[in-house]
Amino acid sequence: MARKISILIVDDEESVRDSLYNWFIEDGYHVECAENAKKALTILQSDSYDIILADIKMPGMDGLEMLKRIKSLKSDAIVIIMTAFATVDTAVQALKDGAFDYVTKPFDPDDLSHLIRNASKQISLIEENEILKDKVSSLENVEDIIGHSEAMQEVFRQIESVAQSTASVIITGESGTGKELVAKAIHSNSPRKFFPMVSVHCGALTESLLESELFGHEKGAFTGAIYNRKGRFEMADSGTIFLDEIATISPKMQVELLRVLETKCFVRVGGNKEISSDFRVLCATNRDLKSMVEKGLFREDLYYRLNVVNIHVPPLRNRVEDIPLLIEYFIKKYCLSMNRPVMPIEPAAQQRMEQYSFPGNIRELENMIERAIVVGNGKKIQLRDLPLIKEKSNPSFESLDDLGKKHILQILNKYSWNITVSAKALKLDRVTLYNKIKKYGLTQPK
Amino acid sequence: MNLENVTLISFGYFEKGLLDKVVKDVEHEFLLPVKTREGHLDLSHFFDPSRRQYDGYRLLKEIDLYFSNDTDKTLGLFNVDLFIPILTYIFGQAYLNGRAGIASIYRLRNERYGIFKDEKLLVNRFRKEVIHELGHTFGLIHCYNPTCVMRSSTYVEDIDQKDQHLCLKCREQLSIQTTIQT
Repeated sequence: MARKISILIVDDEESVRDSLYNWFIEDGYHVECAENAKKALTILQSDSYDIILADIKMPGMDGLEMLKRIKSLKSDAIVIIMTAFATVDTAVQALKDGAFDYVTKPFDPDDLSHLIRNASKQISLIEENEILKDKVSSLENVEDIIGHSEAMQEVFRQIESVAQSTASVIITGESGTGKELVAKAIHSNSPRKFFPMVSVHCGALTESLLESELFGHEKGAFTGAIYNRKGRFEMADSGTIFLDEIATISPKMQVELLRVLETKCFVRVGGNKEISSDFRVLCATNRDLKSMVEKGLFREDLYYRLNVVNIHVPPLRNRVEDIPLLIEYFIKKYCLSMNRPVMPIEPAAQQRMEQYSFPGNIRELENMIERAIVVGNGKKIQLRDLPLIKEKSNPSFESLDDLGKKHILQILNKYSWNITVSAKALKLDRVTLYNKIKKYGLTQPK
Repeated sequence: MNLENVTLISFGYFEKGLLDKVVKDVEHEFLLPVKTREGHLDLSHFFDPSRRQYDGYRLLKEIDLYFSNDTDKTLGLFNVDLFIPILTYIFGQAYLNGRAGIASIYRLRNERYGIFKDEKLLVNRFRKEVIHELGHTFGLIHCYNPTCVMRSSTYVEDIDQKDQHLCLKCREQLSIQTTIQT
């Protein structure tokens, strides 16, 4: 059932107040009256009204001044200005100040009904919009990031806590771990979610192209610049800019970027007009930026400017327990996109995947599943559909120690670092396992 | 308060037998005895020369104060053009859940709109208007049911579209209200 619309009538004439009150009350509205603007503003401080019908000429504060004050309190308030002496100037002024409508007294009963009906429609649109926004925001959650492991839960917690702020975030992690998804989740859960998230793949562009891409260019700035073009910073106004592969940018661009991040102002290539943009920066890298700073390859000041918050996305081999979930997710995703029934995976194939180290992380796993669905028999995913089998047979160039370390870590992660169970699985005694953990410097992910 | 009767007071000239034609239907609709009588009021006090209409807001107050003391629900019936300060005209008005209301036959006549006189249509319209305003005094608000007599009518043609009866929802509401009031 629709809720009752509330109306506040502000008029110094008692007969106007009463007759409007009687009229609206018969329509089933919740109605309140105030004899002057001051009283109306006092009422509005404690109660909220959907529609405010106000006379222009009142002793003390007039209707137009009251309109301005109401709008400063509640910008989406619906205020209808009434007057017995209509002039174009006051009408224009009222509408400029945000009045919903401007009517001359007396009006036809039908016009009054239409007016209130239109205002009610506007209110329900505003409310509907709010509900839809809430629905959209609940859709834009971190569902695309799959993982029940403790390491991923920590990532979710970090996303939630940084999303509401405007702090710069560096997302680190190996290639294919889902850094861009983390960036999207931060943006989708932030107050900037209704504005664009603009992604720039810094590694894919040369220095001059990146400059033009980020800052835009003016017509004639260089050969081929036949139009003015907005840069990514400009496009990300009120939203988020995601700079992927940040470690690959040149020293010159690092200086430029630092200046933009500090001032939020820049000039288009070939232009002279300073443009300002309100954006939030998220960046990602698969390299160790700190060691790059130590080696002088990345500016220290830029590093600290970007690294307000660091979110590390763990590699898949450190969260083996998420592999079955990811397999299930990608099977469903690709079967649905290929219009095929969702198929199961053979236990042997799943076991083999769980034992695999996935150097290409989730991207590799995703591709593997997609391929298996394409080449498979369409009934279930079998071991022979997985390309990693061949890879397994390839000779490894890693040392025995490296392999041992990797295997122990895998087992430990699989059994949630339960030493007794892991030792049993490895056919070692607990002391030996402790010694190996110490030797290889293995640590339990937080 | 004991709800015992409804009184229709006519102020000014009404065609012979017109009120009698309305009374039966009002009694049937509210299941209460309806009395009629003539009222005397100097309407010139309520005339607004600038609008050339009669002030319905003040007339309603007058009926409530001086004509509703010995009855449960009173409706003043007029044959003049009524207005309230904010609106160009009204067919009638009543205090929601109050004891008084007013209704005018003036704008219900076809002749006002340049159409041929239709006595039957006029009685129908007046009957609906009387039941509608009395409905407000029983606490009924405007109804969205297109055939319900409590549907809001801003044009005379709107009155023709609706029925002279309360819809089931309004009837239910009426029985709740009368139980509360008795």
